[in-house]
Amino acid sequence: MYLNVDGQAAYAYTGARQPVEGQPSFVFVHGSGLDHTVWTMQARYFAHHGMNVYAVDLPGRGRSKGTPIDSISGCGDWIAKFCEAAGTGPALIAGHSMGSLVALEAVARHPGQFTGLALVGTAVPMSVADVLQDAADENRGEAYDMITIWGHSMAGQVGGGPHTPGVWLTGSSVRLLERGGPGVLGNDLRCCDEYRHGPESAAKVDVPTLLLLGQLDMMTPTRAARSLAEALPSVKQVVIDGCGHMLMAEQPDAVLDELIAFSESLHATA
Amino acid sequence: MAGPDYIAFDTLSLHAGQQPDPATGARAVPIYQSTSFVFRDSDHAAAMFNAERPGHVYSRITNPTNAVLEERITALEGGVGAITTASGQAAMHLAIATLLGAGSHIVASGSLYGGSHNLLNYTLPRFGIETTFVDVRNPDAFSDAMRGNTRLFYAETLGNPGLEIVDIPAVSAIAHEHGIPLLIDNTFATPYLCRPFDHGADLVFHSATKFLGGHGVAIGGLLVDGGRFDWEGSGKFPELTEPYAGFHDMNFAEEYGPAAFINRARKEGARDFGACMSPTTAFQILQGVETLPLRMDKHVSNSRAVVEFLSDANGVAGVSYPERPEHPDHELAKQLLPRGCGAVFTFELEGGRAAGRAFIESLGVFSHLANVGDAKSLVIHPASTTHHRMDGPALKAAGISEGTVRLSIGLEDPQDLIADLKRGLRAASKVS
Repeated sequence: MYLNVDGQAAYAYTGARQPVEGQPSFVFVHGSGLDHTVWTMQARYFAHHGMNVYAVDLPGRGRSKGTPIDSISGCGDWIAKFCEAAGTGPALIAGHSMGSLVALEAVARHPGQFTGLALVGTAVPMSVADVLQDAADENRGEAYDMITIWGHSMAGQVGGGPHTPGVWLTGSSVRLLERGGPGVLGNDLRCCDEYRHGPESAAKVDVPTLLLLGQLDMMTPTRAARSLAEALPSVKQVVIDGCGHMLMAEQPDAVLDELIAFSESLHATA
Repeated sequence: MAGPDYIAFDTLSLHAGQQPDPATGARAVPIYQSTSFVFRDSDHAAAMFNAERPGHVYSRITNPTNAVLEERITALEGGVGAITTASGQAAMHLAIATLLGAGSHIVASGSLYGGSHNLLNYTLPRFGIETTFVDVRNPDAFSDAMRGNTRLFYAETLGNPGLEIVDIPAVSAIAHEHGIPLLIDNTFATPYLCRPFDHGADLVFHSATKFLGGHGVAIGGLLVDGGRFDWEGSGKFPELTEPYAGFHDMNFAEEYGPAAFINRARKEGARDFGACMSPTTAFQILQGVETLPLRMDKHVSNSRAVVEFLSDANGVAGVSYPERPEHPDHELAKQLLPRGCGAVFTFELEGGRAAGRAFIESLGVFSHLANVGDAKSLVIHPASTTHHRMDGPALKAAGISEGTVRLSIGLEDPQDLIADLKRGLRAASKVS
């Protein structure tokens, strides 16, 4: 579906279902240089299990028009505007990698708009290696290669894991990053690198939070989420064994099961 | 590059797509000879059917053994995903049927395997899909043959049997300029000698029966999606960019992005056409893929020795092998196939059909049969067998004459192969 946000066409995948008035909403936010397709399976599940789903393309990525926003806080504000335009009501929100920081900012800066927060493959600070930032700034394919290799566990690179049959994660990752277009990945990585007030924002979060981490994540190692875990008022941390940074691709079922459990826990406490 | 390295080709040949079996610890790929797979519960079943969870439902669509082969070939080709099929012909049909329907048109190389030519020239027109055959050595001919309803360009990396090389960068550039994908049959080259996606191709298929398996015991095919073609930008493929009523109005480009094609091919073509590969066949082909780099090096070195012998042999009018300087595609071969031009090629025997018969029937190491890419060396006379349904002009366009003999060079000692060919040439000389 397309909505108008800040005068630009903003796209969100709705899980092949039209939103139904009165249903709770679930917003998904992708990571650097990626788009809504990283959340396809999880979004389809919730769309077919009683939720209105919005897997957004941030501005300038995927099908959304406009230019990429140059700060995590700005992206968080854009998410809030998107939710308002979509009429989501108080929504559950999940973000992956850069998207986790965007989701954190959305919740911290817009109290009352969200019911729960799932941070997948997250870290604060989310520092970016110079060699990666330089390659991304120069739109060199090496940037896609580095993210792909560092973003997957060795098992994910070899394949044969519990992911979609017949799909090679390495090739899929590179192709998806290639679609981002010039400048997008460089912008996104800089947003991550420059984001410094994660713990302060985490302290403002007033909803239950799930930290969903990959045991073998090299880009956002589990130890790098410690400051968030300590600052968040209400948090549950889950580490998926044998999984790298691209959790939804490497272990889509495990991610979905944790999101289902988290969603159900919110209903139980509501 | 400045950062880390990808896993290399030889390692992927052995490992891609497989982890040791979690249930038993088996290191080899287990054969999951099961039609179907148990669901955890009703919700899990519904989620599997609705593409909300990954996994295996029914072996016509996916199977754990086949998935290893699919992922391995995708890794070797550098694509996003693949589907195993019952044969190479089934893979070719699946590619075409996923993208084209009645009223569509293909521009294809005129230098094709006879079976592929049959499908395009005789069978698909019954279903409303027409093909124009062009000189593969003239990329502009693809453009010239285009119609408003053209939806696919198609060629073989190395033409069968003449080894005409398609200029993949040039033909793919023309295709993309018109919003059309390029499908390549990479059977003769295998990804070890050429990776068409690296040069601009969009889809690749294999007869896995040939070099990928290499042992001549299993028929199979593979269709691989390169993941780069812009289906939405093209605007010519509603099958991928508009809701599909046959799968809950799924819009494949929207849901799968770079993997739109292979998902449509599986969710429609594998499901409905049903030309699936047996898990045992997938296992057998995997045994071949594990040694693909080693075998292809040996195939190529043996071929070079045989080509060198034939080039100077009495009774041989010419040898068609792109590594020869006189071959029209010699320069292109150096660009696209730097590791070698494969192990299937033709030579022209003096003395016509009678000499050809005497030659073939006197061979003892070479086997006279209709296959290529086996570990054992093979020989056939194309004009009377693999390409016999082509008329005179089509044969000429494909570079085939009455004196053309096709060899598939195996892994034997090259001196034994040369000695066998000498026997054949002596026999041929007595009747010519």
